[in-house]
Amino acid sequence: MKPADFRYARPATLDEALTLMAGEGEIAALAGGQSLMPMMNFRIAQPEVLVDLNAVADLAGVTEMDGTVRIGAMTRYSDLARHDVLARLPLVARALPHVAHPSIRNRGTLGGSLALADPAAELPAVALALGAKVHLASTHGTRSVAADDFFQGLYETDRAEDELVTAIDLPAATAQETYGFHEVARRHGDYAMAGVALTRRDDGLRIAFFSVSDRPVRAKAAETVLRDDPTKLDLAIEALDEIDFTGDLNGGPDMKRHLAGVVLRRAWAEVLA
Amino acid sequence: MTGPALIFDKPNAYIGQSTPRADTNRLLEGRGRFVDDIQLPRMLHAAFLRSPYAHAEIRGLDTSAAKAAPGVVRVLTGADLEGVVEPYVGVLTHLKGLRSAPQMPLAVDRARWQGEPLAMVLARSRAEAEDAAALIEADLDPIPAACDAETALDPDAPVIHPEFGSNLAWERLVDVGDVDAAFARDDVQVVSRTLRFGRHTGVTLETRAAVAEYDPSEDRLTFHYSGQAPHMMQFIFAKHLGLAEENVRVVANDVGGSFGIKIHTYGDEVATAAAAKLLGRPVKFVADRYESFLSDIHARDHVVEARMAVDKAGKIVALDFDDLTGIGPYSMYPRTSAIEANQVLNLTGAPYDLENYRARGRVVFQNKNMMCQYRAVGHPIAMAICDGLLEDAAAKIGMDVVEMRRVNLMRDDSYPRASASGMKLDDLSHQKALNVLVETMGYDALRAEQAELRARGVYRGIGFVSMVEVTNPSPMFYGIGGAPIASQDGATVRLDAGGGLRVSSSVTEQGQGTNAILAQIAAGVFGVPIERVTVTTGDTDTVPYGGGTWASRGAGIGGEAMLQAAHALKEQVLEVAAVMLQSDAATLDIQNGSVVDGSGARMTLSDLARTVYYRGNELPSDLKPELIATRHYRVTDFPFVFTNGAMAAHVEVDTETGLVKVLNFWAVEDCGRVINPKLVDEQVRGGVVQGIGGALYEECIYSEDGQLMNATMADYLVPMAVEMPDIVVRHVETPTKTSVLGAKGAGEAGTGGAPAAVMNAVNDALRPLGATLWQMPMTPERILKALGKV
Repeated sequence: MKPADFRYARPATLDEALTLMAGEGEIAALAGGQSLMPMMNFRIAQPEVLVDLNAVADLAGVTEMDGTVRIGAMTRYSDLARHDVLARLPLVARALPHVAHPSIRNRGTLGGSLALADPAAELPAVALALGAKVHLASTHGTRSVAADDFFQGLYETDRAEDELVTAIDLPAATAQETYGFHEVARRHGDYAMAGVALTRRDDGLRIAFFSVSDRPVRAKAAETVLRDDPTKLDLAIEALDEIDFTGDLNGGPDMKRHLAGVVLRRAWAEVLA
Repeated sequence: MTGPALIFDKPNAYIGQSTPRADTNRLLEGRGRFVDDIQLPRMLHAAFLRSPYAHAEIRGLDTSAAKAAPGVVRVLTGADLEGVVEPYVGVLTHLKGLRSAPQMPLAVDRARWQGEPLAMVLARSRAEAEDAAALIEADLDPIPAACDAETALDPDAPVIHPEFGSNLAWERLVDVGDVDAAFARDDVQVVSRTLRFGRHTGVTLETRAAVAEYDPSEDRLTFHYSGQAPHMMQFIFAKHLGLAEENVRVVANDVGGSFGIKIHTYGDEVATAAAAKLLGRPVKFVADRYESFLSDIHARDHVVEARMAVDKAGKIVALDFDDLTGIGPYSMYPRTSAIEANQVLNLTGAPYDLENYRARGRVVFQNKNMMCQYRAVGHPIAMAICDGLLEDAAAKIGMDVVEMRRVNLMRDDSYPRASASGMKLDDLSHQKALNVLVETMGYDALRAEQAELRARGVYRGIGFVSMVEVTNPSPMFYGIGGAPIASQDGATVRLDAGGGLRVSSSVTEQGQGTNAILAQIAAGVFGVPIERVTVTTGDTDTVPYGGGTWASRGAGIGGEAMLQAAHALKEQVLEVAAVMLQSDAATLDIQNGSVVDGSGARMTLSDLARTVYYRGNELPSDLKPELIATRHYRVTDFPFVFTNGAMAAHVEVDTETGLVKVLNFWAVEDCGRVINPKLVDEQVRGGVVQGIGGALYEECIYSEDGQLMNATMADYLVPMAVEMPDIVVRHVETPTKTSVLGAKGAGEAGTGGAPAAVMNAVNDALRPLGATLWQMPMTPERILKALGKV
C-alpha cells in the first residue's frame, strides 16, 4: 500500500497552482487527501504530478456578501464547523457532524469533497439542496457553475482537468427558510446507506439525495408534489421513481428506493416541525 | 487435585485482584517493541505479487523488469522455492479422512484464491519492492472457479484439486439415540430453519509481520513474528526449511492482537524465512491492511439445515442438522480447517439434556481465501443452531424462553457427565448462571416494557444463549493427531540476587494480559510484591517448551504451571532459610519479599539470595540451594475443560431502515477461579463485541467470481464503540478440579455466545411482524427483505 512514483509540487499562490494544473500528463490536486491518498496507496489513482494546495492561503476562508456566503475551497470541515457563519447555514451545520469522523473532518475540505463528487458524500448533496454555485479557475480564466449542472456522474463533474474548484457560494438562510436532513448509516461516521438534504424557501423547495444513485440527485417530481401540498408526502415518495437508483455493498437498487422514501419521510418531518 | 491450598489467602495473594498490568505504561508511552520496530543491518523488505483471480493457470511470470527496478535485490517465484521449502499439508490423523493438497508458500502452476502469493520482491524499501512487484508480467489464464461452498460439491463444479475428484475435504457424522423415531412422534412440534453464517476475519490492530534473519555460519534462523505459538513455528521452519530444530529461534515480542489469526502457517511468512536463508540477509515483511483482508485466515462460512423436535412441556426431544462449511482451497497447516466443523458437531446442544442427536458436517474446498481457527472456533455456529431453534420452538409452543431453558439445561448437580456428542463435562453451572442473568437484567420488567412499546410500534427484542466454551485443551485437541503443537506448558521461576523474581512461561501475550496474570500468580504464590516480578514470554531460546496461547489456555494451563513452579521455588527457598535461620521450614513463610515466621520478618529474600550466590562458604557443604524452579502442566483426564455462560441481548429494530441497535448486553460467565476480574471482564466484553460484529456487521463480501469486494476498513465493518451497548458482566465461580488454580479459560465466551443472543433478540423483535431472519450478519438489507419491505 505505497503509492506509485509521482512528482510533487506545493505552490504558494493560486496562479502557481493553476500553472501547474495546466501542465502535461496526469495531474491530481491534493486538498485534504482523505480520499485521494488512500486511492493512491491502493494505486487506483496514479497521478504523475501531485499539486498540493495546502500552502495556497487564498483558497481557504469564509466571506459574506449580500446574503451569500462564500467558502474557500480549502476550508476544512472542522474549521467550518466552528465558524460563526454556520448560524446562517443551518443545513450545513446539521449535516457536518455526519461527515465521517473528527480526524477526517480535520483534514477534509469542502472543495475537495465537491470536486471528488463521491455519490455517498453529504456535502455535495447539501450544495445541491442549497442551490450552491461552484467557482472554478484555470489559466484560461474563471467561471462559476450551478451545483445543478456541476455533478454529472460517478465521480464526474463539470470541472475540466486543468481547473481547480476555488470557492463555493451558498445562500445564507432567510428567516422563513426551513430545512431537513436525514441519513441512515450502518455505523456512526460511515458513508450513509441513503440520505437526503432539503430546503424550503419562498422561492421553492429543493430535495437532494445522496448515496442512492451514481451522483447526488435532485428529486424534482417530489419537490413539485410537496411544494404544491406539504401533506402529500406519500405521493412525493411515490414520485421518487424518477431517480435512477443504483446499489452498493449495503444493498441493491430496491433497498435504495425503499430507504430514499424513509429518509425523505424523516427529513420532511423536520421541515414541518 | 490437591496442593498448596493456602495460596489464595495470603496477605499479598494477588490472585483474585484487579492488579494493574505491568506493561501498560510501556505500551502507552510508545515503548512497545513490535515486529515493524525492528531494524537490522542489511535488512531487505518484501512485497508480494498476489493472484488477482480466484482460480488461474500460471502460464509464466516474467520478472525481468522487476529485477531491473531500482533497489531490487531479488525476485522469487514459486519455482524458485521448490527444493528450498518442503511443501506442507494441512491434515491430522484424528480427523479421519481429512484431505488436503501439498501447498507451497508461493503458488506453483496454479493460483487458487484471490490474494494467494505468486511472487516475492526483495528490495531496499517496501515502496521499491511494491513498485517492482507492479512490474512483474504475470501471464495468468483465469479458469472456472468454485467459489460458493453451497455449489462446490455439485457434479459440474470445477474441482480445485483434480486428484481428489471432488471438492470434499472432510465429512463426519454423529448419530446418537433414535432421531428419526423422535421426530416421528405424534406429540412433538418441529421447527426447521436454514442458518447462514457469513465469512468474517480477525482484523488485528497490528497486522501480521515477520523479520527473518539467517546466520549461515551457524545455520541458524531467527524469526521475529507477531504470533501466538513460537514453538509450533520453530518446528515448522525447521521441518520445511531443512534446519535443525534447535537452530531455529522464534521470537514474539509485543503482539498487537491475534484472535487466532496468528497461529497458522502463512505462505508469505514462510517465504520471508526462506528468502532470508537464500540471501543470507535479514528480510522484513509487514502485511498491509489490504493483504491482511486477502490473506489472514477468514472464519465461519457455514450453511446449516437444522430441525428440532420439542414436546408439549418444552423438552427438546431431538436435534438434527447438516452443516456445510467452505474452507478455501486448502486445509490450513498445521491445525487444519476441519476443526471448526468438528467443534460444531461436538458442541451443539452441549448445555442441554439431549438424548437424540444427529449432526453431519461437511468441509468443502472453494476458491476463496483460506478459512481456519479464529476466536471461539465453531462456537457461534453451535450456539446459534441450538439456542436459535430453542427460541424458535418456544415461540411455536407459546413458552417463555427462560422457562424452556430451565426445562432443558443440565442440572448443576448432575456432573460429571457427558454431552449428547460424548464430550466429558464437569464443574458447570448452567442453572445458576441463568438465574444470575435473569436477575441481573431485570427480565420481567424488560418483558413488560417490551409489550408496552410494541403497542406503540417500537420493536424491541430480548434474546438469550446458554453456552459452553472449550478451554484448557489437552493433547486430544491437536497432539493426538500428529500436530507439532504442545498442549502442556512450562513455567520457570528464578530468585535473583536482588530479591526479585524473574519468571518465564511458554504461553504468550498478545494484548490480553497474560503476562499480568502470570506475575500475579508468581508474586502471590511465592510471596513477593508484584513489582518485583519480571515476566518473559514469547522466545523459544529462553522460555520453557510449550504450546503458546490458543483455545483459552493461557490462564488455565500456563497459570497452573506458574503456580506449581512458584510453589516449588518457595519450598526450595524455605529449605535454605530454615538452615540459615536454624528453624523448621514448616514454621516459615515468604511474605512481601521476606522470610517470616510467627514473630515477623526474619530475613529478606535479597539477603538470602546474596548469601547463596556470593557467600556460599557460609552455608553447610551438604546444602545445595536451588533458587530456580521449573514446572510443567497439562490437562489429564479430560480432553478439554469446559466453561459455561449465560448471556442476553436487548435490541431495538428500526423496521423502516432495518438497522438494529443493541441496547443492552449481559454476560454471566463461569470461568472457574477469576485471577484478575478486570482482565476477565474485558476479555468477556471484547469477545461480546466481536460476537456482535459477527452478528450484525462483519462480513467478507465476495463477488460470484471470487473477488473480495470490501477489503478496506471503510467497507469491512468492524464493530465501533459508538454502536456498542454497555456490557454488564457477572461471574459464577466454579473452579475446575483439574488444577490447584481452578482457572478455566475466559477468552472466547463472548465471541461464541453473543451472536446467538443477538440473533434471538432480533427475531424476538421481528416475530410479531411475521418475520424472522437466520443469516448473519443481520444486515439492514436482510432485515428489510425478511420484513418484505425490499
